[in-house]
Amino acid sequence: MTKNLISQGSEWTFELIQAYDNAIGELAKRFGLDTYPNQIEVITSEQMIDAYSSVGMPVGYNHWSFGKSFLNTQKSYQRGEMGLAYEIVINSNPCIAYLMEENTIAMQALVIAHASYGHNSFFKGNYLFRTWTDAEAILDYLVFARNYITQCEERYGVERVELLLDSCHALMNHGVDRYKRPSRLSIVKEEQRIREREEYIQSQINELWRTLPPSQDTTNKPVDKRIFPEEPQENLLYFIEKNAPRLEPWERELVRITRKIAQYFYPQRQTQVMNEGWATFWHYTLLNTLYDEGRVNDGFMLEFLQSHTNVVYQPPYYHPGYSGVNPYALGFAMYQDIKRICTQPDDEDRHWFPELIDTDWRETLDFAMRNYKDESFIAQYLSPRLIREFHLFSISDDDQEETLEVSAIHNDEGYQQVRKTLSDQYNLGNREPNIQVYKVNRDGDRSLTLRHYQSNRIPLGETTDEMLKHVVRLWGYDVHLESVTNDDQITDRRSCPARSINN
Amino acid sequence: MSQIIDRRAAGKNKSAVNRQRFLKRFRKQIREAVGEAISERKIDGLESGEEISIPSRDLREPTFQQGSGGHRRYVHPGNREFSTGDQIPRPPSGGSGQGGSASDQGEGLDEFVFELSRDEFLNFFFEDLALPDLVKKQLATTPETKKVRAGYSTDGNPSNLHVVRSFRSAIGRRLAMSAGPREQLARAEEELAELISRGDTQGPEIHDLEEEIKRLKARIAAVPFIDTFDLRYTNRVDKPEPVTQAVMFCLMDVSGSMDQSRKDIAKRFFMLLHLFLKRNYERIEIVFIRHHTVAKEVDEQEFFYSRETGGTVVSSALNLMVDIARERYPVHAWNIYVAQASDGDNFISDSPRCSEIIRTQILPLVQHFSYVEITAPEPQSLWFEYEQIANASDLFDIERINHAEEIYPVFRELFKRKTA
Repeated sequence: MTKNLISQGSEWTFELIQAYDNAIGELAKRFGLDTYPNQIEVITSEQMIDAYSSVGMPVGYNHWSFGKSFLNTQKSYQRGEMGLAYEIVINSNPCIAYLMEENTIAMQALVIAHASYGHNSFFKGNYLFRTWTDAEAILDYLVFARNYITQCEERYGVERVELLLDSCHALMNHGVDRYKRPSRLSIVKEEQRIREREEYIQSQINELWRTLPPSQDTTNKPVDKRIFPEEPQENLLYFIEKNAPRLEPWERELVRITRKIAQYFYPQRQTQVMNEGWATFWHYTLLNTLYDEGRVNDGFMLEFLQSHTNVVYQPPYYHPGYSGVNPYALGFAMYQDIKRICTQPDDEDRHWFPELIDTDWRETLDFAMRNYKDESFIAQYLSPRLIREFHLFSISDDDQEETLEVSAIHNDEGYQQVRKTLSDQYNLGNREPNIQVYKVNRDGDRSLTLRHYQSNRIPLGETTDEMLKHVVRLWGYDVHLESVTNDDQITDRRSCPARSINN
Repeated sequence: MSQIIDRRAAGKNKSAVNRQRFLKRFRKQIREAVGEAISERKIDGLESGEEISIPSRDLREPTFQQGSGGHRRYVHPGNREFSTGDQIPRPPSGGSGQGGSASDQGEGLDEFVFELSRDEFLNFFFEDLALPDLVKKQLATTPETKKVRAGYSTDGNPSNLHVVRSFRSAIGRRLAMSAGPREQLARAEEELAELISRGDTQGPEIHDLEEEIKRLKARIAAVPFIDTFDLRYTNRVDKPEPVTQAVMFCLMDVSGSMDQSRKDIAKRFFMLLHLFLKRNYERIEIVFIRHHTVAKEVDEQEFFYSRETGGTVVSSALNLMVDIARERYPVHAWNIYVAQASDGDNFISDSPRCSEIIRTQILPLVQHFSYVEITAPEPQSLWFEYEQIANASDLFDIERINHAEEIYPVFRELFKRKTA
């Protein structure tokens, strides 16, 4: 029996990592996981802190905010307030995963299964990642971005670049295209086109802001009453890059870089439950299969299970450590549940998920992984059984009422509503205010008007005035922000004059 | 098949630049925090690093966010007692758990705490400080020299061998030495090709040409790849460095009227001064003088840690200082500085005498004289005397310290770098 074991002790060596990777890779293939090639890098804890603070970008440009997060991570780690991550994995081809040298071999195997096969196959398969990110080109693009920003710092001074990046970072969440597919990244093309683009864009802007009258008898002509832009624009950074009157070409390029990076991370923010759940489901399945086949021993499994259990623990709402629904726990439970529905359905499942009954669970899971995001995944697959297991309940919080109301619990009447509410909770559009470019005053003071489309009377937070200053810094002229309700009632109007910023 | 890479040897300080950017951006806040930290420190703790906290409000990175209010719905796990339709009182804001406006920005800490290394700490601390009017009085007797680069030379120490330059000259020499033969070779090969193209393949001319080509090739090959002649060495020469000599006299009152807390303040002031001088000026001498009724030159250890005490005659210290300066630090060769700390309580007829000594004997000698009075609210006799001198002379500064937290601002005030 013991001759089948891959390892016995807890120490790791490169040969052992290789052996585990081979074994896990073989199993993954058997289960039909389609992955990018893997690149597994062993690093020290200091390097892990570095990787952490650059928000997962393997090549980052320099900015004080990364230094802040570095100091923060370093301090919490040194004080023992937090352990370092399980792993960091980068959506690139090859898929890069970091292992920490302090880990035991069981943990290394866990991370390989979780990151190099779980996350990796998710990155390669999920439609959001396929549509919005380009794993082939991201590393090259990040190198390009860093070099470009460094050049700008040399030419225009660190401080100017830093201020601009501050403003771009602030607007990053509003710098993504939600519906339009972005063009593919390529470092060669970027560099080749950069000059043309600078010149071209500048000429376009000059056209837009031309002050000389096109012909002599303008007085008789009707003024162009069309509103600009014709449709509201959701991508603030894109609009600013293309239309801000006073940005220099290099500043536009910086706006573009932050916008591209925001776009690259956008799918990750939309698939937290699915992505982590998928990776957790597969590390659990793969390592259990290894155990069933006698390749790892009991000690290994105990260590693995302990860590796994910690990861998928869901504290109840009254627990002091409660901080919302744990995406690992929910995602893992949902994939396990789908597998169960496929293989051992009961009457309730037949009623709720007739299309899943008696299908191959691997194909069904694969389909779910490829074609959903958190919001739709939950709306489609959260079963009554899980709602009962998690004891989910929904709360209605209306500031016009004295008290909060329990609007649904885990019973027949409540299942649909709990599922719908939880699904909405993962809709990024509900979590962030919906702010769009509404119009530009082209003939007058060149001011920019943004509109906040308010839903359920939820107002803007206290950072709004500060945020308007950032928009002004980019736009260069006065900026107004109107909050409007569904029936076009303006409920709030704020302005930030350009002179409040001394550039 | 995965690729496994050991990256542990790669640099770990990838974030060093970002960290510096952070420190630079929040320089003002950090400097304030450093000042606060200093006032809370023990004398011995001055030389270690420090945990610094600055208000996290200043380093917010804002995004557009939803405020509280409006109508929302949440789902929470772990229901044990609720049924549909239950009304729950609104939990106090900020409470964890149900309701409330759970911000997705993580916890809102009031203070951002991080660690500065000892060097960074002291850099912030002594930033923009300098001794006033430090001029080059005379080159030191043993002139200091500094190695500076001076091009390349053809001989030198093997450790200074400049590989690129050596190879460059080797290439040049090889080109030059083989130029003639290569030209002949090209010509011979051309002739040979022409003969062959004419169909002549056996004649003696061909034979001769082949021999010639062989000989030329051998000659070209014989040109040495590198020769001792090619070697170049990085050249460094000694350059004399002008050195400024300076001496700081530290005069501390340890009389009975200086109670424990005043002594502590005085010591901390001098400790700072000592640290500052040692750190920012390589060649500076420090003379420690402590006095009660009599003054005595002491070493560092005794100055800071001895407990001797008595009455007060401030002029004794001033006289001793003048004597030492005359004897050991001639004014044409030395920049002389004096820092005096006292509670200002002096033997009644002594204060005018002090003022007299300073005016006539000390001020002509020194670059700068600073006096710190550590005292209760009311200025003491010495202060009034000194105030007149301070009004009359630029070289003379006086400051008062009431509490330990004022040490740092006063110190900065006295030694602020004066822009010309």
